[in-house]
Amino acid sequence: MTEAPQATTLAQHVRPLEAGAEVVAAAFVGGAPALALADGAVLIGEPDEQKRVFAHPDAAILTAISDGKTLLTGGDDGRVAAIGGDAVAHTIADEKGRWIDALALRGGSYAWSAGKQVSARDENGTVRTWSAPTTARGLAFQPKGYRLAVTHYNGVSLWFPKVEGPPQTLEWKGAHLDATFSPDGRFLVSSMQENALHGWRLSDSRNMRMTGYPGKTRSMSWSHDGAWLATSGAEAAIVWPFKDKDGPMGKAPRECGVREARVTKVAFHPRALVAAIGYADGLLLLCRLADAAEILVRSPGGGPVSALGWDAAGARLIFGLESGEAGSLNLPG
Amino acid sequence: MTESREAEKIPVTVLTGYLGAGKTTLLNRILSEPHGKRYAVVVNEFGEIGIDNELVIGADEEVFEMNNGCICCTVRGDLIRIIEGLMKRKGRFDAIIVETTGLADPAPVAQTFFVDEDVQKAARLDAVVTVADAKWLAARLRDAPEAKNQIAFADVIIINKTDLVTPGELREVEARIRAINPYASLHRANKCDVKLADVLERRAFDLDRILDIEPDFLVAEDHDHDHDHDHGHSHSHSHHGLKHYHDEDMQSVAVVLDGDVDPAKFMPWISRVTQEQGPNILRCKGIVAMKGDPKRFVFQGVHMMLDGDSQREWKPDERRESKVVFIGRNLEEEDIRKGFLACAA
Repeated sequence: MTEAPQATTLAQHVRPLEAGAEVVAAAFVGGAPALALADGAVLIGEPDEQKRVFAHPDAAILTAISDGKTLLTGGDDGRVAAIGGDAVAHTIADEKGRWIDALALRGGSYAWSAGKQVSARDENGTVRTWSAPTTARGLAFQPKGYRLAVTHYNGVSLWFPKVEGPPQTLEWKGAHLDATFSPDGRFLVSSMQENALHGWRLSDSRNMRMTGYPGKTRSMSWSHDGAWLATSGAEAAIVWPFKDKDGPMGKAPRECGVREARVTKVAFHPRALVAAIGYADGLLLLCRLADAAEILVRSPGGGPVSALGWDAAGARLIFGLESGEAGSLNLPG
Repeated sequence: MTESREAEKIPVTVLTGYLGAGKTTLLNRILSEPHGKRYAVVVNEFGEIGIDNELVIGADEEVFEMNNGCICCTVRGDLIRIIEGLMKRKGRFDAIIVETTGLADPAPVAQTFFVDEDVQKAARLDAVVTVADAKWLAARLRDAPEAKNQIAFADVIIINKTDLVTPGELREVEARIRAINPYASLHRANKCDVKLADVLERRAFDLDRILDIEPDFLVAEDHDHDHDHDHGHSHSHSHHGLKHYHDEDMQSVAVVLDGDVDPAKFMPWISRVTQEQGPNILRCKGIVAMKGDPKRFVFQGVHMMLDGDSQREWKPDERRESKVVFIGRNLEEEDIRKGFLACAA
């Protein structure tokens, strides 16, 4: 016990999970905590009744995402697997040993890419493919309509899989990595190789540059009301305002959780303006946007936080580290 | 950066060489030796096939320009993505070998290791190894700028298919190579039969390994092939009596300054030279005695990118002298020479 004044901590509410390999993604799937692991397995279930699903045997999971119902994993074995709360893995696609570089998921629609080849599968199971001009690095479904954003070198293409003809391309010089749409569909934001974000207002394709990061942004999360975008890549979570019609143009971002360690992962709470922020030194905290108040979830140690995910109600948070350490937090009361 | 963290980084060997020189032969040779190491091999998607290895990744060579104000700064986008992906298999392989296409410029591969923070954390560039065809290299040096780049850029050069040329032709091709790049270590081979230690774990980009910068002389003991015997009389004079060629557009410039340099003059100078002549400088290297500094300052660079650090201390019996070497195209030799000598403390 210590007498020193201590920041509020929730560490005693964290239950450790034995992941045993680098955590690529963490989510609640059908209410059950799930971890997609670099060794090809998915760990799903409560701490005492975890099941290890070998979604990519003898391979590595390169990327994984979840919408709360399904966990979609892409491996270096060329396979895309979907796992539900029942802990059964279904193979969605097999690209014959090519790496699955990116995934997108919305409703019953899936999208994946292997090199330049981008594939989208609709609710009926019909798969259509398109070849991007260079390797596709990031995918995102537009919130409404069956349309996919595909990032590549020198821009982002918006592809309607069901429509013939070339996709619309939003050009911006440089290599674009991940993509995300604002929940209202007004904005598209990509992260870039050169330590910056780029955004477009889709109504008029107006460009927005968001710069000043010391490192690459590889994690982006929208607030539940769509008014804020939290991002990694700096020694604080950089949170950009998107409420106004001009988005963040001409505005400064907020900084949450300023520390002397790089933010590696961010995840906004699904119901409140509170972000979970993971750092390169293993520390994890919650930060309230209104006053930047912080609550500690995990003390430093063990290497970078590599995965974060909230449950739908915002009562539980699951996290994982590159080192294979992981845990789930049950928020009290 | 601590040494242990450097040691944990995955070494990356880059194999270059013009079409048909024997890159795949060398690759298969490396993979088939009983070394107990596990390699991840990155090959061009449309390259030659027939590589027997568990972990082979096909890639398009995607050369990206960086918007960082550096006009010659290009990186291999596919390599950044592949190294990121391979890190998910950390512990399941020991080293990476990147085989480039015959027409590739090695600079973007090397620059990837200077530019990308994530690549730097995970991996280190070990060496650029160039395979040259003994019979055809001289012709390629005349008509293919890519071939010349690959020779100029190399840390290790393997003159392959030496059985197809006469001793005189071999001396000729060695002299041509030396005219462009006198610093790479040079090995003769048939079917790329070189010792793995000559190719792997060279640490050519490791600042701590810059010990001296002297032209590499190919010595007879270097190879123990059975044709050694008939070198005898016809060859004995050749190593130190190498014919001297001057390549029209690719040269190396070495300048030695007896004594210390003034850091206040040297730092702006090296920065200016690499900015102004960066597009023409393929590689540069230096060991510098900074005034008042007991340690050697070493640097190395690729085009406009420089990496430098204090190294070990000068030994008591070691002469404090400063030396810089540039390999490049149409270098302004007098400008470099005068500029460096003017940095004297």
